[in-house]
Amino acid sequence: MATHAGESLTASEGPAVRVEGLRRSFSEAGGVLNGLDLTIERGEFVALIGRSGSGKSTLLRALAGLDRSVSGSGVVEVPERVSVVFQDSRLLPWRRVLDNVVLGLSGADARARGLEALAEVGLGGRDQAWPHQLSGGEQQRAALARSLVRDPQLLLADEPFGALDALTRIKMHKLLENLYAAHHPAILLVTHDVDEAITLADRVIVLVDGVVGSDIRIDLGATRSPGDPRFASLRAQMLAELGVVESVEEEVA
Amino acid sequence: MATTAVEAPIVGAASEKVTDKRVVRRRLGPGPRIPGTLWIGPVLLLGLWSLASATGVLDPRTLSEPWVVVETAQRLIADGRLPEALATSAYRAALGLVIGVGVGLALALVSGLSRVGEALIDGPVQVKRAIPSLALMPLLILWLGIGEPMKVITIALGVLIPIYIHTHNGLRGIDSRYAELAETVSLGRGAFVRHVVLPGAAPGFLLGLRFAVLNALLALVVVEQVNATSGIGHMITLASSYGQTEIIVVGLVVYALLGLVADGIVRFTEGKALAWRRTLESH
Repeated sequence: MATHAGESLTASEGPAVRVEGLRRSFSEAGGVLNGLDLTIERGEFVALIGRSGSGKSTLLRALAGLDRSVSGSGVVEVPERVSVVFQDSRLLPWRRVLDNVVLGLSGADARARGLEALAEVGLGGRDQAWPHQLSGGEQQRAALARSLVRDPQLLLADEPFGALDALTRIKMHKLLENLYAAHHPAILLVTHDVDEAITLADRVIVLVDGVVGSDIRIDLGATRSPGDPRFASLRAQMLAELGVVESVEEEVA
Repeated sequence: MATTAVEAPIVGAASEKVTDKRVVRRRLGPGPRIPGTLWIGPVLLLGLWSLASATGVLDPRTLSEPWVVVETAQRLIADGRLPEALATSAYRAALGLVIGVGVGLALALVSGLSRVGEALIDGPVQVKRAIPSLALMPLLILWLGIGEPMKVITIALGVLIPIYIHTHNGLRGIDSRYAELAETVSLGRGAFVRHVVLPGAAPGFLLGLRFAVLNALLALVVVEQVNATSGIGHMITLASSYGQTEIIVVGLVVYALLGLVADGIVRFTEGKALAWRRTLESH
């Protein structure tokens, strides 16, 4: 998948993300990340799953450069242009949607690019709305537009659809797939949802006790359906990794 | 206590025969608003005043007749004394307000955005807050004399405190997640202040401004009664020594109008500037 080479990365032909021996801890007692190694190729879509407290968000914040007050060690290499999508849309309530999308951008064409990004996420014509006038799903679309307009080489998404209802989430999956196909950044998607991970990602990493528990390649092709037996077996494998008893799953199914 | 039970037939409409068997509770709240009631009190008071003046119960030396006050106001406007005094007073108040708002806002930003600034500024401002601005007047008169600088600075000192307190409070109340967002989109200091800090602190600032405007007016009244040779306060003081109650009343009415107009302007600005909010106020 990583064939679409980012033009500004020609100087360094390495992967998009390289993490070696990453340790992070919030207290003396124990670390959240315990010597984690991770490589993400350019243009690769990686999903990161794990139980609460497994260090998913800590890893993402380390990659985003938001972990100043945390003690730790290790090597972290990320590209120059990194965008972050949070679980909440984090739109500034006092700025209109377009101003939120182009926040911090300079240049004469910033607004034109912002409008383009809004049209791409299906919010064309809502550029002058206030954030509170948008629905939860629309707010998250605006947040995606704000990330994409920066032409990221790496997109970090911290449970971006976690607060949305099930129907909206399915639409957002489609949108993210389309945006990924069009722009091809490397993506690290942190999620609780095993199905979401299998549906969207090229690779799923299960984080266990602050290290990579397993690294599973998803070879299901472009159209993935939960009805596919291979889908079901991948899901069973991941749930087992996460410590969910399988018989319960079968009873439900 | 027993509830007063009433067997009330439903009043009006077509269902007059139907007897209501419910227990209708006695209303405890004040009930729905009656339109226009805001004016009943003042109008009644004005009527009493007119009645007392007309019947001679109220001595004009104690309080002039309402119509004399209106005539006086017209005369003062015609001969230019009132517009001139009003211009002088409004200029003083506005200048003090502008200086106080500027300094208060700057102090709140420095103190709110840096720990060093907070250590240097917040303590002294809290101490100043404990001393009423008007209590500093004797010292200011000693330093600056009784001229315009003393008057303007006294007003500015009264304005600075509410602006600082409320802006600082609003600024510290901004959700830290917005600061995190600003970091991820690589905003600089200046852009962070412009896009996040100032709009985020605006509700607090505008609340402070409403207090500040009233403080400015209060300080204006006091400084104008101390050795002023112009302004509304001077006009009132002069009238007081000649026993002209009608001019005093005109002066008081002008002060009231100044306060109402200033507060109205701030509230209007508030509505415009905070259009992005979805609150109990707006919905």
